[in-house]
Amino acid sequence: MGVYIGVDVGGTNTDAAALSSTDRRVVAAVKSPTTSDVASGVVAAIERLLHTSDIVPADVEAVMIGTTHFMNALVEARELLPTAVIRLCGTATRALAPMIDWPNRLRAMIGDNVFLANGGVEFDGRSIAAVDDEELERIAQCIIKAGLTVAAVTAVFSPVDSSHEQLVAERLQSLVPGLRVSISSQIGRIGLLERENATIINASLRGLADRVLSGFEESVASLGIDAPLYLSQNDGTLRDSAHTNSYPVATFASGPTNSMRGAAFLSGMLDAAVIDVGGTTSDIGFLRQGFPREAALAVRVAGVRTNFRMPDVMSIGIGGGSLVHIGPSGLTVGPDSVGYRITSEALVFGGGTLTASDIAVAAGFTEIGDPSLVAGLDQGMVAEAVAWMRGHVGSALDRMKTSPDPVPVILVGGGSAILGGEVPGASNLVLPDNYAVANAVGAAIAQVGGQVDRIASLVGIDRAQMLETARRDAIARCVAGGADEGTVRVVDVEEIPLAYLPSNAVRVIVKTIGDLIPRARL
Amino acid sequence: MSLLDIDALDSIALGAAVLGAGGGGDPYLGKLMAAQAITDHGPVHLLRVDELPADAWCVAVGGMGAPTVAVEKLAGGGELIAALRALEERLGRSFTHLTSMEVGGINSMLPVVAAATTGLPLVDCDGMGRAFPELQMCTPTMFGIAASPMAVADDKGNVVVVSAVDNAWTERLARSATIDMGAVSYIALYAQTGAQVKESMIPDTLALAKRIGDAIVGARSTRNAPAAFVAAAGGGGVLFDGKVADLRRTTVAGFARGTVWLEGSGNDAGVRVEVHFQNENLIALRDTTVLASVPDLIVIVETDSGQPITTEELRYGNRVTLLALPCDPRWRTEAGLQLVGPRYFGFDVDYTPIEQLAARR
Repeated sequence: MGVYIGVDVGGTNTDAAALSSTDRRVVAAVKSPTTSDVASGVVAAIERLLHTSDIVPADVEAVMIGTTHFMNALVEARELLPTAVIRLCGTATRALAPMIDWPNRLRAMIGDNVFLANGGVEFDGRSIAAVDDEELERIAQCIIKAGLTVAAVTAVFSPVDSSHEQLVAERLQSLVPGLRVSISSQIGRIGLLERENATIINASLRGLADRVLSGFEESVASLGIDAPLYLSQNDGTLRDSAHTNSYPVATFASGPTNSMRGAAFLSGMLDAAVIDVGGTTSDIGFLRQGFPREAALAVRVAGVRTNFRMPDVMSIGIGGGSLVHIGPSGLTVGPDSVGYRITSEALVFGGGTLTASDIAVAAGFTEIGDPSLVAGLDQGMVAEAVAWMRGHVGSALDRMKTSPDPVPVILVGGGSAILGGEVPGASNLVLPDNYAVANAVGAAIAQVGGQVDRIASLVGIDRAQMLETARRDAIARCVAGGADEGTVRVVDVEEIPLAYLPSNAVRVIVKTIGDLIPRARL
Repeated sequence: MSLLDIDALDSIALGAAVLGAGGGGDPYLGKLMAAQAITDHGPVHLLRVDELPADAWCVAVGGMGAPTVAVEKLAGGGELIAALRALEERLGRSFTHLTSMEVGGINSMLPVVAAATTGLPLVDCDGMGRAFPELQMCTPTMFGIAASPMAVADDKGNVVVVSAVDNAWTERLARSATIDMGAVSYIALYAQTGAQVKESMIPDTLALAKRIGDAIVGARSTRNAPAAFVAAAGGGGVLFDGKVADLRRTTVAGFARGTVWLEGSGNDAGVRVEVHFQNENLIALRDTTVLASVPDLIVIVETDSGQPITTEELRYGNRVTLLALPCDPRWRTEAGLQLVGPRYFGFDVDYTPIEQLAARR
């Protein structure tokens, strides 16, 4: 029997799930502690998965890993490579230098090899300045002299026309042996500084990406598994490890995305709210057609403004390990949590700390640990704590809703028992099988995606034609990412009319997804 | 005279976004440019209108074009000064002071950039007291001050000097040049004497922006809902609490028009309000009852943070508070309403000041 193995590396637990590659049934699932080097935790989780089931390494057709390791590296400002930062702008954009608004610590790690060069286009595709080969040769000399191994290239309006970025990347790679170039049109959307920031971060993480991914590959191989390795991305789609190696930033928000995608899969619901209750927080997001709704505004990551594709998730400090506080002004829960120490510190495990999980056991929602240890709790207090948690989760849910009507809610995550199957504002509440490992399942079911985001002018071309071109390009990108062409479909088309532009210029965003090409056909 | 330093920019930019009334562009990039210019050249000398000599020779500077393009094709850096110098050359006389034409949005910051770069003092005033979509929609138009000759400059070094028969023609010709320049340009216009500035411009609007910005920052730090503080700082009131329930957009003649429907929450539960916009918010209606209309400022802020939301940023599900702030009294005259009243924007209603509308409710 062929299986896909999904692994989600969280702050506390590394979860793994095996799904049948033919009918995508969950055949095994485990939780295992996360380790500081990440890779050995992944090995341990997959090993346990194999031990607790009759899956053998030869059954494994693909391994999908979700990790926030690259995000953590940025937040902790470690293992970032000094990067050549090249902006193709001609006369434009020079008022604001690259990395102008960055925290000093991160900026110092990137270094000051910044080049403003010829290139870039106007909003309608007219060239601002042609790429200048002599100038590129000078830049290449500087890169060689500084001993840099990675570069980030951002051209003005490259989401409209990326040819300058591609040309410069090719030229630099031929001029500087071994140089690896990230280009912005592959990474972000319109908004020059934000896209440039994401591209620089991406380039600077490529050394770490190499090490982490080869670590994963070796780990998987050490288990006797000979199958392609994929990493899950912010938008719920996959990239193979060779591509992830080129785009580490695309994995930054894969955790919440995986749990939401897993929730959709396990429940069979495509449009619903998802509440993922972990040990420390509850994350609330919304599914649209089975994919997370994305945040619309610029997001700061480690103090850097970016426009990554990120799921729109609200996180509140209520989880299974949250401390229950009883003070003079009343009862509150969280945001502090015993985290992974729950199995020693919670009352039901013989510890001395009253946690949300103890409340859940005392209220009869679940049986973990020793229920007799919480039998003496005051039932009035227990009811008050339950009401407090439901009230806070319910009001967070309400903030995320798009209409006042009650919405269906999918509840997942290891801590979900604390809500006792009830959340205010939910029309119906579903706790699917394997809810505790929804994130690993989300990694295992992930598909390949493609996206187009451009400003299109409707001069000399009608709207249908413009949309058709955008669709075709989005499908081509999906196939280039490893999707089986016959399964690719358009999941979202958005048109935003733009102020002050002539002739009905619109910004058009088209998203596509498709299944991985099955191993048999590779 | 006071000094405007980098520390003040955050609050001014935040307040200017509120005064944008849904338009005017995100002042974030303008703020970065202003901070850079002050770092390079030192703080800006800021003058109150009543400190301005009658024989001063003043000019407004700013940006023109599509905010969506401005976030991608950032300024080259020399455009504002090129426009300023071209206009001086055309008029044969050097300017002594700078002003703003539009305090709402990004144009609050560009005069700061020009003032820091040239060392010319900046007068705390503007021609709108908010944001409007077209350049003739400035109080000086009502006082017979010509917007032209006007200089329009781009990143490449192109400069067009427009001489037009009236301010509406200036807008039209400058807009054409701007589109050819890549849909963003940097401009100098409304040259006038100190005496004329005192009569025609709206005073103390940078100070107002700063007060509003400070109110938001203060409310955030004390964990209060910021909207009421914004309303108080701007002399207006809160109209409605709710969330974005529906949104429709169309493009008409290069302008982003649309309607947003808000569904009430809390005290306003069960109530639905609609706001029509054309770049800026134009009119807020509850059924057929007008809650506020241009030229008064209709502002939508995120309820929790007080962060103003532009009409382009509106999304389903935003939790918002709707505010109205009074416009400058000159906009409430017959001449003012002809330029920017509800009928100019195609709404068949008479303008009533928000204070009177509130008293009727």
